[in-house]
Amino acid sequence: MNSWIRSLVMPVEGTAYAHRVDNLYLFLIYVCIFFFLLVTGLLAAFVIKYRRRSADDRTPQITHHRGLEVAWTVVPLALVMLIFFWGLRTFVQAAVAPADAEEIHVTARQWMWQFEYPNGVRAINELHVPLDKPVKLIMTSEDVIHGFYVPTFRLKQDVLPDAYTQIWFTATDPGVHILECTQYCGKGHSQMLGKIYVDDPASYRKWLATGGEAGKGVPPVQWGRTIYETRGCATCHSIDGAPGQGPSFKGVFGHPVALVGGRSMIADENYIRTCILTPDKNRVAGFPPIMPTFQGILNNRDIDGVIAFIKSLE
Amino acid sequence: MADVLELPVAPNPPQPPRVHYLNQTRGIRSWLFTVDHKRIGVMYLASILFAFLLGGVFAMIVRLKLLTPGPSFITAETYNKIFTLHGAVMIFLFVIPSIPAALGNFVLPLMLGAKDVAFPRLNLASLYLYWTGSLLALVAMVTGGIDTGWTFYTPYSTSTQGSVGLMVLGVFIIGFSSIFTGINFIATIHKLRAPGMTWWNMPLFVWSIYATSIIQIVATPVLGITLLLLLMERLFMVGIFDPKLGGDPVLFQHFFWFYSHPAVYIMILPGMAVISEVIPVFSRKTIFGYKAIAYSSMAIALVSFLVWGHHMFVSGQSQVASAVFSFLTFLVAIPSGVKVFNWLATMYKGSISFEAPMLYAISFLVLFSIGGLTGIILGTLPVDVHLHDTYFVVAHFHFVMMGGTVMAFLAGLHYWWPKMFGRMYSEKWARVSAALIFVGFNVTFLSQFVLGSKGMPRRYYNYLPQFQPLHVFSTFGSWMLALGFLIMAAYLAVSLRKPMDAPANPWGALGLEWTASSPPITHNFEQVPLVTHGPYDYSAPVQQPALQGAGR
Repeated sequence: MNSWIRSLVMPVEGTAYAHRVDNLYLFLIYVCIFFFLLVTGLLAAFVIKYRRRSADDRTPQITHHRGLEVAWTVVPLALVMLIFFWGLRTFVQAAVAPADAEEIHVTARQWMWQFEYPNGVRAINELHVPLDKPVKLIMTSEDVIHGFYVPTFRLKQDVLPDAYTQIWFTATDPGVHILECTQYCGKGHSQMLGKIYVDDPASYRKWLATGGEAGKGVPPVQWGRTIYETRGCATCHSIDGAPGQGPSFKGVFGHPVALVGGRSMIADENYIRTCILTPDKNRVAGFPPIMPTFQGILNNRDIDGVIAFIKSLE
Repeated sequence: MADVLELPVAPNPPQPPRVHYLNQTRGIRSWLFTVDHKRIGVMYLASILFAFLLGGVFAMIVRLKLLTPGPSFITAETYNKIFTLHGAVMIFLFVIPSIPAALGNFVLPLMLGAKDVAFPRLNLASLYLYWTGSLLALVAMVTGGIDTGWTFYTPYSTSTQGSVGLMVLGVFIIGFSSIFTGINFIATIHKLRAPGMTWWNMPLFVWSIYATSIIQIVATPVLGITLLLLLMERLFMVGIFDPKLGGDPVLFQHFFWFYSHPAVYIMILPGMAVISEVIPVFSRKTIFGYKAIAYSSMAIALVSFLVWGHHMFVSGQSQVASAVFSFLTFLVAIPSGVKVFNWLATMYKGSISFEAPMLYAISFLVLFSIGGLTGIILGTLPVDVHLHDTYFVVAHFHFVMMGGTVMAFLAGLHYWWPKMFGRMYSEKWARVSAALIFVGFNVTFLSQFVLGSKGMPRRYYNYLPQFQPLHVFSTFGSWMLALGFLIMAAYLAVSLRKPMDAPANPWGALGLEWTASSPPITHNFEQVPLVTHGPYDYSAPVQQPALQGAGR
């Protein structure tokens, strides 16, 4: 029964904390089912048993019953107090991160997540964390409020502009977990997703050391597509000519583009590189200035890949 | 509305047509400049039903989009505007004024045995303010729209394009209409009760409306101030909420919820008010625990001001504050639970009949129980952290607001419809429609509890493919709901076109409003009623031969 309800309504438990939350959640579900059945059961019984049988039905004058009224005030009160303290205990246990937690900085902006590791490695929409090791995220936003939500970790925290908020966890389920933005932030809100890779310590160290080296041996066009899909480009730039928050990549390569200020440039390799690293320098006319710089986030091979990928979109 | 109402009353040959509030004076001016609480109530009713239609159409578009993930017949920008409008229209233009301003305006003075509210002109002014605010909101929708969500969270709402300013101004003005109604009702309840009606002899509807009015007067100014500050920031760049200007975005959330949580009780207390009337009548039984229900309304009014922080467990507010707010949230659950048990106990050993008002009251009991119980889940700190801003909250909110307030509103609408218009509606079609609405509602929103619990965030244009089956299920439910409401619109409209056939007291009820004729005369009663019995002395069938037929 328990495991059936868990699998029916709850996501996978990605942390030990998630399991503790679920225990409480499961208890609450049972409490709710009990009271729901109590109310609807009585309702159904009364509706059937006491339905009007004749127009002259008479009914007893029952105005109140002290004992009953005290009971249905005090018993639920005791029950919700139990729930409160159980919730408080679980909440407090998870309030403070262990001192040895690995610190990762998170910067949210419309509409992507950027992660920066202690050694300076950066990544977009892709967070690698070590298995069974506490990780503390220190988060801030560059524009509006965002929400950092990992359903499988049962964790959520708003990310505020000009302030830091924190969240911590010890991931116990190796594999990939979904990160979602939960504070409404505009057009790309529902695309502001990320992936959390829970790596065993050895692959985590390897990833940290070679953070920028991933994708070695992959053809540039294919690597460029991976970058396009995983680093947030796809949120604003379509590859099928559909309009978006930024210009579509389809068929732009080698063609002139109209820029803000009435200038025009040919979209060649240098133009695309400049756009990725200093977006406001040659901004395309008709689009808002929201593209962030990818300086220090994408390395040369990543950028080469993106250029090759755009080239391939005839 | 007006032209339907002015159809000639079918002549009943031997008698001259009876004069009542609908036909005493004629023409559009006689409606626009009326100070009759009944006409103002009817105009409110027509307006909020229009708002409900508008908000419902927006809801149908949202659900239609969510049939599939990814791009659809509307873009993400349009989707964001539509869900914002759905929320804003339903809450500010429909639910808040629905029971107090439309039904309450009509029946409150009648229930008290009064000729009108205490300040009839203020009452008309509140309607005009409501219209003005609604008009501004409509203009905002067609000129640019708004995409902030009905919560207007900063700094998104101060930085986004569109007609946010106009919408906010509209809501600000509607807020004053709500304050005026509250003041009016409090004065009316204090000063205009019929001889013999003591505080402990008032119908529970009046107690609940009294509690609602207190919240309206105390909380709504805070919304007004907050919206003004928002406007100042948007128009004059005064830094209050935007960190770029030195403000604090979380401050807005505190201000907003300091109003909007009590506002949830502005919306649900009147619903409880209607249920407390309908259940004793159709159970032919004295209300169980009169004082407990009255006190619980006042307790809710008080404690509702102290729980706003439970909307902000993940906002970055201090964890100590979150713990305190969680504690107080559990306390506010108790009086609502007490009411449910009281209503159930009222039905015990009753003589229960199942006309449309009672069907909606029973729907209310089932759906509001689910809404209230899932509120307990959401009040629990660590569980709320998981469920916050997901479809679980969407479902909980709709179970309370639609399963609660709207069901109660429908119960009240069907209960007082004969009094308001002097006509009975088709009971058969009312049952069909009630069944469709009940089933459709559950199909639409039960599935959303699972969606949210599984991690589906709200306000998402796109979603992960694993969520699609439940979204499809939910959308099917929304079609059933729409069908149910269309049938209701049809049989209510049909009833308005037939001759007046409602007796003064079709349900055998004891409230003073049923001693007036159907529809009542402009001054409500031929003579000032004298209250000699309690409002719920229902141990035997109500026999009022002197009154039967008096209102034909």
